[in-house]
Amino acid sequence: MRVRQRGELPASAVTPESTYLDRRNFVAAAGGVALGALLPPGWRAPRWLDDLKPTPYDAVTTYNNYYEFGTDKASPAKLAGSLRTSPWTVEVAGEAKRTGRYAYDDLVRPHPAQERIYRHRCVEGWSMVVPWLGFPLGDLIRRLEPTSRAKFVEFTTLNDPAQMPGQRGDMLPWPYVEGLRMDEAMHPLTLLVTGLYGKPLPNQNGAPLRLVVPWKYGFKGGKAIVRIRFVETQPMTTWNIVAPNEYGFYANVNPKVDHPRWSQARERPIGEFFKRDTLMFNGYADQVAGLYTGMNLVTNY
Amino acid sequence: MTRTQVVKWVVKPMIWAVGLGIPARLTWGAFHDALGADPVETIQRWTGRGALVGLFLSLAMTPLRRATGWNEAIRLRRLLGVFAFLYASLHFVTYVVFDQSLSLEMIRKDVMEHTWVTAGFVTWLLLVPLAVTSTAGMVRRLGGVRWRRLHQLVYLAAAGGVLHFLWLVKEDVATPARFGAVLVVLLATRLPLWSRNRPPAGAPAGDRARPPARRRPPPEALDSTRSPR
Repeated sequence: MRVRQRGELPASAVTPESTYLDRRNFVAAAGGVALGALLPPGWRAPRWLDDLKPTPYDAVTTYNNYYEFGTDKASPAKLAGSLRTSPWTVEVAGEAKRTGRYAYDDLVRPHPAQERIYRHRCVEGWSMVVPWLGFPLGDLIRRLEPTSRAKFVEFTTLNDPAQMPGQRGDMLPWPYVEGLRMDEAMHPLTLLVTGLYGKPLPNQNGAPLRLVVPWKYGFKGGKAIVRIRFVETQPMTTWNIVAPNEYGFYANVNPKVDHPRWSQARERPIGEFFKRDTLMFNGYADQVAGLYTGMNLVTNY
Repeated sequence: MTRTQVVKWVVKPMIWAVGLGIPARLTWGAFHDALGADPVETIQRWTGRGALVGLFLSLAMTPLRRATGWNEAIRLRRLLGVFAFLYASLHFVTYVVFDQSLSLEMIRKDVMEHTWVTAGFVTWLLLVPLAVTSTAGMVRRLGGVRWRRLHQLVYLAAAGGVLHFLWLVKEDVATPARFGAVLVVLLATRLPLWSRNRPPAGAPAGDRARPPARRRPPPEALDSTRSPR
């Protein structure tokens, strides 16, 4: 949304043209400066689609949907500090040769961390740009040698009400489970994340290990992952269990397929006042549209 | 100070201060990047809940008067209702401007397709005639009985506001449910079994709990026809 300059003045037949033009210049200049200073910060610099300017660190780390620490977006930052992320083990299970329990370091160390600046689109209609630190999930999957029967990968979040106060209520069926089709999981954009802004991942953002799938709605990215399981059938994922008509297994960002309760055509970048158009596959269509050739994206939402 | 003076010089100024203070604070915050990560959400949360709180407080005045005999409470009813309308309007304006970028087509589609948006929009519409007729002049012009009948729309509006909130939330219905519970209590106080003195047939509604021995108070809707403004 472009901010329009107000104060377009009507032509005057009485004022001499030179004076009129002068006044107009003066008003435009003064008005521009004054308006710029007066506008709220989010209005001053409209961020454009291709401008991947990261959302401020404070916003990324204080505005979180992480129901294990409460449904309020501010509460994960307040409550997640008590989560012990070390030692951490991840269980690899199901249809793979190298199953078993992996210490966090053994799982992560072989994969050098890369910075990836991704758009992050929440199903609720807001978005961020986050400089993640992580490595392609596909690299890990190749190491774990899934069998030919592995058609899907399932990710399970820690289930520990003692550390995760939100789990003391039954807001969602715990633990939180997410999943991807194998080709989605192997896609080079799919990231296992260990940090952001060049720092270790804050607890409220899913430490010590979370998934980021930039062309899907944010809820597909399981946080605090304790289990990776290779399975033959499509996993039962949490939001799909809770509200199957609202949250599908695929959850690809799609401006043309609305959520039953709100439009997905536009989104509000965090920190801005106005919305902007949502892009197909969150702007990653060139890279991922091929995964869904021939698939009905309206029924497979 | 008499109780009338307390209302005029203490309670009413407090309502004005809080009622205008919150929007002022939100405006200041918007210009100083002090409304959190999603300022529009913050503004909409405060104005939406503010509208409901205003409506509830307004609705609480009649039972408060009945319970305490504090007749001056009724003088606050319209002021609180007007503030509820102010908040609902700010809420609606931020939706029109920031969420829909003033696009009538997008607004029309959103209102038609999404039940919770429909509920919110209808709620605001219901409040418009109440706000328009909130002046002393309009009260006089309509007459107490008709004015009160019209203003029974406030019950629909309050229920619509709660439904709007309830249908909006993703999964955690606790907060809208609390608002709903307050409304249920406020409505329950209006059930006939609570009123100690049933009025004789034909008496204006709303004066039911008037203690018969007291000097007849002015019709409650007409409070400010006596006040010197």
